[in-house]
Amino acid sequence: MIPAIYLQSLLGGALIGLSAALLLILNGRIAGVSGIAAGVFGRVNGEAATRFAFLAGLVAGPAAYRLAFGAWPPIHVSGSIPLLIGAGLLVGFGTRLGSGCTSGHGVCGLARLSRRSMVAVATFLVVAVLTVTIQKHGIGL
Amino acid sequence: MNALLRPLVALVSGLLFGFGLALSGMLDPARVQGFLDPFGAWDPSLAFVLGGAVIISTAGYFVSGRMQSPAFDKAFDLPTRTNVDCPLVAGAAIFGLGWGLAGFCPGPALASLSLGLPQTFVFTAAMLLGMVAHDRIWRKRPRPLVGAAT
Repeated sequence: MIPAIYLQSLLGGALIGLSAALLLILNGRIAGVSGIAAGVFGRVNGEAATRFAFLAGLVAGPAAYRLAFGAWPPIHVSGSIPLLIGAGLLVGFGTRLGSGCTSGHGVCGLARLSRRSMVAVATFLVVAVLTVTIQKHGIGL
Repeated sequence: MNALLRPLVALVSGLLFGFGLALSGMLDPARVQGFLDPFGAWDPSLAFVLGGAVIISTAGYFVSGRMQSPAFDKAFDLPTRTNVDCPLVAGAAIFGLGWGLAGFCPGPALASLSLGLPQTFVFTAAMLLGMVAHDRIWRKRPRPLVGAAT
């Protein structure tokens, strides 16, 4: 049997997949959060309202969770402010340079069997694992 | 009509995405870093999240492949590039570094704003700044090569 906590993760993941499937089938667009977020700052056209609506829904999602379960989802942020600023800059710049993040390359790109997305996912997973390993266990490991 | 329906679809899609992130545990950078730590106390949750998401997303892609056009637009707007190039790999590596350091990727960073934690506002503001720095400065930098790829 899969422990309940992993079933919850699987179900949450399935909802994320459903979100991507709906956006693709109904609107014909990729549910890539970094692209949608950056697009909000781009030229104002017909897509701007649609992108903004997606982001509004995304931010409202945890509030809907609170309505459903009576508590906010657990969250523990341990990084210092300078680390969060540095990491945020890297995530923002890197996702734009690499044309996607965990959603666009991970959830959508892997489903489309995109070679670019497979390379991107493998790259950011390996670098992130190396980063956390060095951060938590020191370079000696 | 589509001009009204498209933002509505996007709102519902975003809401499902944010709710799914909250349910999956992936709003929590500690859990994400637990997944990225296979040599420590490994937390495999994120593999289930990505697995569940890719399975349903694949079903959606399969359905879309049998449609002439999406329900509320004239045509599908999908990435067309297939070549693995330097910006793709460098960008993914830079993203991976930031993701590992803080435990936040763009979706959870934005979704967690509703919890009102100052740290997530700082991270998200820096992330948006990084995006703007790429799109407005780096991508538009002067380059000597004629016909260089963007």
